[in-house]
Amino acid sequence: MKVLVPVKRVIDYNVKVRVKADGSGVDLANVKMSMNPFDEIAVEQAIRLKEAGVVEEIIVVSIGVKQAQETLRTALAMGADRAILIVATEDVQQDIEPLAVAKLLKAVVDAEGPGLVLCGKQAIDNDMNATGQMLSALLGWSQATFASELAIEGGHAVVTREVDGGLQTIKVAMPTVVTVDLRLNEPRYASLPNIMKAKKKQLDEKTAADYGVDVTPRLSVVKTVEPAGRKAGIKVASVDELIAKLKDEAGVI
Amino acid sequence: MAVLVLGEVIDGALATDQLAKTLTAVASLGAVTVLVAGAGGDAAAAEAAGLQGVTRVLFADDAVFSHAMSEPTAALVVSLAGDYSHIVAASGAYSKSVLPRVAALLDVMMISEVLTVIDGDTFERPIYAGNAIQTVKSMDATKVMTIRTATFDGAGVGGSAAVEKIAVSVDGAMSAWVEDKLAASDRPELTSAGIVVSGGRGVGSEADFAMIEALADKLGAAVGASRAAVDSGYAPNDWQVGQTGKVVAPNLYVAVGISGAIQHLAGMKDSKVIVAINKDEEAPIFQVADYGLVADLFVAVPELTEKL
Ligand SMILES: Cc1cc2nc3c(=O)[nH]c(=O)nc-3n(C[C@H](O)[C@H](O)[C@H](O)COP(=O)(O)OP(=O)(O)OC[C@H]3O[C@@H](n4cnc5c(N)ncnc54)[C@H](O)[C@@H]3O)c2cc1C
Ligand SMILES: Nc1ncnc2c1ncn2[C@@H]1O[C@H](COP(=O)(O)O)[C@@H](O)[C@H]1O
Repeated sequence: MKVLVPVKRVIDYNVKVRVKADGSGVDLANVKMSMNPFDEIAVEQAIRLKEAGVVEEIIVVSIGVKQAQETLRTALAMGADRAILIVATEDVQQDIEPLAVAKLLKAVVDAEGPGLVLCGKQAIDNDMNATGQMLSALLGWSQATFASELAIEGGHAVVTREVDGGLQTIKVAMPTVVTVDLRLNEPRYASLPNIMKAKKKQLDEKTAADYGVDVTPRLSVVKTVEPAGRKAGIKVASVDELIAKLKDEAGVI
Repeated sequence: MAVLVLGEVIDGALATDQLAKTLTAVASLGAVTVLVAGAGGDAAAAEAAGLQGVTRVLFADDAVFSHAMSEPTAALVVSLAGDYSHIVAASGAYSKSVLPRVAALLDVMMISEVLTVIDGDTFERPIYAGNAIQTVKSMDATKVMTIRTATFDGAGVGGSAAVEKIAVSVDGAMSAWVEDKLAASDRPELTSAGIVVSGGRGVGSEADFAMIEALADKLGAAVGASRAAVDSGYAPNDWQVGQTGKVVAPNLYVAVGISGAIQHLAGMKDSKVIVAINKDEEAPIFQVADYGLVADLFVAVPELTEKL
């Protein structure tokens, strides 16, 4: 079985984002970019499935600007076998929406025939949490979102999901789309020799037009602003002072 | 404009608070129909019908919708979609699984975590863990969206909408429920509690987390946790507050042994009053705290619990 892992290039999660003063967006110039943390977890899971002999080939796909090939090289260095870059825009400020991403991924699935797609649950830039579910719907496949455990058993996947009240286990028919949550695994780091080897792995470059998918946004961004800030309050010297403040000043207890 | 709101049913009970807050958020958009799906959800449907602002309740009384499986639920919503301009639900694991499917099947974009409905096409939503707020205008015929309910007041009771049973045949063969491991608790629910006490990595162990719980119980509060506390096994996953956990906005949020990473702040910075207890006076959590106590939590928390 092949597994497909879509990986997104996003602003590194340690970077404090700066909202541009003119409301046109978030400043992405000269900012450290990395693989979406959830996608690292998805790549790691694919590698573990391969190590367990459940998967033969891991294909990683990224959609966006040309620079996303760095993200794909990282995934190849972790252990993915081959990569597909779909250039859908030249503008680093333009985010490709989950609907368009899902349509492109569907085209890749149709061409490659994987038995499993492992997505991140959420991209930490647009915080949409939608792409995997959309892809599953377009394919007419089953889905298992927010996975914290995954086992492939014959024609099914048994998935434990992080839901609002705790954990839920479901059994879905293969092929399926699984979106991964934080506690599924701890991703490995790529070793130096593997980073070198990754440079020689196959990376095919395509465009959105190659797949006949229109990536025109459905949501136009009117403006992007900083949220109303919160002022730091005061430091209290003791538990007694804290209780007094909460009772008399804030009136919350 | 007409709005379809998907209500959630958990073990036969309506997730009333979330639904009531969603009703407030979408009140300006038009007449609201609530969809309740799941076998034996009669009481849930009746409860939805009693909420103010609900014009009609559709009740799909079929076992295929029990356990909130996404594929049949999405198919049900899509079968009804033609009558509505907006398809909405409170943001949560259920809606986030179902509604993006619905959006894709309708060939429209998903609009996740709406903070403000400006008009029928225009919405505010957070990006980058809430470090930026984007105003988006949808060009799609049907708007499919989840609402971040934390800051809304719930619609009241006293409504008397009609409940209409609907029969829909959808295929539920692709996925099957196996089991739920839901923690039963007498504490208030995290997302609707007036006070939340959260513990972080600083608490140090699952055993010591009992100290956080004791403080919470003294305050009648819900218990939350940072990702680090959950990852370390001190607290269950459903307690995680943050960008990728739950978003809360209680009257009082007490952060104990939590450094205040942006991903954590994303889930609690709209709380009315924030208290931070941390031994590191440089911890970023103090930048958002109304009252900061620089102290060893192992001393301060028992003392606080004792004196309250
Ligand atoms: C994709 C992604 C998603 C994430 N989502 C979330 C999320 O939803 N929610 C979330 O919380 N995090 C999330 N994180 C993790 C986040 O970046 C931080 O790592 C996490 O919030 C840190 O948790 P913490 O504050 O408990 O731990 P730490 O940062 O280790 O802080 C522990 C604090 O405890 C204090 N302390 C230690 N001992 C004591 C003592 N005896 N008395 C008093 N204080 C003490 C220390 O001074 C320190 O400030 C996410 C990260 C990523 C990459
Ligand atoms: N541009 C993209 N390229 C590759 N994968 C993507 C892209 N956008 C989203 N994804 C995948 O979909 C997941 C969820 O993203 P989102 O729906 O945008 O929150 C991510 O974790 C990725 O696995």
